[in-house]
Amino acid sequence: MNNLKTDPSKLKNEEMILNMGPQHPSMHGVLRLELVTDGETVKECIPHIGYLHRCFEKHAEALNYQQIIPFVDRMDYLSSMNNDHVFVMGVEKMLGIDQSIPKRVEYIRVLVCELNRIASHLIAIGTYGMDIGAVTPFFFCFKEREHILNLLEWASGARLLYNYIWIGGLFYDLPVGFEQRCSEFLTQFKPKMRELDELLTNNSIFISRTQNIGVLPLDVAINYGCSGPMLRGSGINYDLRRIDAYSVYPELDFEIPIGAGKMGTTGDCWDRFDVRVREISESIKIAEQCIERLTKELKRSPEFDPRAKLPKKLIPKAQEFYCRGEMPKGELGYYFIADGKSDKPFRCKARAASFSNLSVLPELAKGAMIADLIAILGSIDIVLGEVDR
Amino acid sequence: MENRKISSLTMNEKISNLIKESFGEQAVLSTDFNGLQGIIVVQTNLIAEISLLLRNHPTCYFDYLSCLSGVDLGLEKNQFAVVYHLSSITLGYQIVLKVIIDHPRDTTQLPIVPTVSQVWRTADWHEREAYDLVGIYFEGHPDLRRILCPDDWEGYALRKDYVAAESYGGLKINGEVKTNE
Repeated sequence: MNNLKTDPSKLKNEEMILNMGPQHPSMHGVLRLELVTDGETVKECIPHIGYLHRCFEKHAEALNYQQIIPFVDRMDYLSSMNNDHVFVMGVEKMLGIDQSIPKRVEYIRVLVCELNRIASHLIAIGTYGMDIGAVTPFFFCFKEREHILNLLEWASGARLLYNYIWIGGLFYDLPVGFEQRCSEFLTQFKPKMRELDELLTNNSIFISRTQNIGVLPLDVAINYGCSGPMLRGSGINYDLRRIDAYSVYPELDFEIPIGAGKMGTTGDCWDRFDVRVREISESIKIAEQCIERLTKELKRSPEFDPRAKLPKKLIPKAQEFYCRGEMPKGELGYYFIADGKSDKPFRCKARAASFSNLSVLPELAKGAMIADLIAILGSIDIVLGEVDR
Repeated sequence: MENRKISSLTMNEKISNLIKESFGEQAVLSTDFNGLQGIIVVQTNLIAEISLLLRNHPTCYFDYLSCLSGVDLGLEKNQFAVVYHLSSITLGYQIVLKVIIDHPRDTTQLPIVPTVSQVWRTADWHEREAYDLVGIYFEGHPDLRRILCPDDWEGYALRKDYVAAESYGGLKINGEVKTNE
C-alpha cells in the first residue's frame, strides 16, 4: 500500500507527486491522498484507503444478529445510534416484527438518533471550521456536543459506542428525568446555533474560502452515489427519512434543507456546510416533538418494558434484504442474506455513506488548489471508520 | 400500503419484460418478486448493457446504484454472485439485479463479470471492494486494484473457504485460525 499509483517516470517536468496523510489532522482520520501537482494546482488526486480496515463483514458472518450491533457501532463511531437503528430495522423487517414495535420504543429510537445526528453534524461543522483556519468554532461545537454525549451516556452507559438500540426493543428505558434534561439542553442550545451562524456561517472570510469551491453538479453527485448532505447540497430534495418514511418519521414535522447556491454556485462547499447547519435546527425540531410525545401520550409507566418484544429466537427465514436509512453522512445500507437455518447472517454487506461520498473526491479535486482541497475534503465529512469498515 | 405493493409488483414485471424485449427471453434467467424486494437474475455477459438500458429507459430510470456486493454462495454450490441494488431517485423504485457465476474455486482464474463502472461511477470503488474481498474480476474496469486490504495481501477474505493469514509482513498474528464453515 506504500507504493504509488502514478508512475514517477511518466511525470512531466513541472509535475510533482505529493503525499497527503495518512497522519494529518485535516485528513479526518487515516486517509492518504496521492496528489499529482503542478505548482499549487492539483492535477490528479488518488485516495488510498483501508488503513482502518477491520473486515466488519467477515466478523458479522461469525456472530449472531444481536452480537453484530456493537460492531455496527464502530463503523461510523460519531453516530452509532443511527448505525444501530438502520441495522436493527433491517433485521426486524426480515423477522417480520417491524410493525409490532411499541410506539414508545420507536420514539425513543428517533430521539436518540436525532441527538446523535446533531452531535455528528457539530463535529462536521467544528472540524470544518478548523480545516479552514477558524479554531474557535471547534471548541464552540465540541462544548455543545459534550452535553449530548453526556445525555446519551446517561441513557446507554457509554459515551460514543452505545449498543443501545436492540432488535425488537431497547437496552433500557430512558432514565427518569431524561426528557426534562434533554429539553433543557435543547432550549439552551437553540440560541447557540444563532451564535454559530454569526461566528462561522456568515463570516466573510469563511464564505470566501468556501463559495464556488468544489462545485458538485447534481448529475455527477447522483452518478457517484453521493447521499446525505452531499447530495442535498447539490440541490435535490432527497432524504430517506421522507422517501422511505421508516420508523415514526412520517408522524413528525420537519423540513429537508437543500443547497440553493446562496453564496455562489449550487453544490459548492458552502452549500454542503449550510445544509448541515440547517439540518441541526431540523433535528432539534424532531427531538422536541419526540420529547413532547414521550412526556404526554407515550408516558413512561412501570409496566412498560423495552425488552418485552425482544425475539426469543432470532432466525429469519431464508431471504435477502437490503435495508437503507438516512444517517448523518447519507444513505447507510445493509445487505443481508439469511439462510433460514442459523441465527448468523450468511452475508452482511454494509454500504457506507462516506465510502461513496469519498469516491467523488478525485472528480472534485481536479484543477483545485491544494488549500482548497482541504476545504473540499472537509465539506465531504468522512469518517474513516465507515469508509474502511 | 396494499396498493403500493400491487403497483410495485407490476413495476417489477414491467422491468423484467423490458429486459426480455430488448435482449431476448434468455436474458432473464429467473425472477423472484415474492420477497421483500424484487430480484431479477440476468445473464452475466449482458449485465453492462442491461444496466445501461435500465439507467436510461424512461419507464424505470434507475439513476442511482445504492449498493454493489460480491457474494460467495457457499462451499457446496461453488457459485459466486454479484448483486446490484438499483434505485430511481426520480420515480422512487428499487430493484435488485443479480448475476450468478459458476466457478470451481481454483485460484489461478477468478470469476469474471463485466464492469458497470461506466454506467454508474459509484460502481468503480464498489467493484474494487468486491474484487478485494470476494475475488471477482470485473472485466473492463479502469483501475482494478485492491482497495481495503494491502496490495500484497493474499487470498480473498470474504470467501467461505478463506483461511486467515498466520502472519503478515513478518508479524505473527496470534489467535485461533479457523474458517467460517
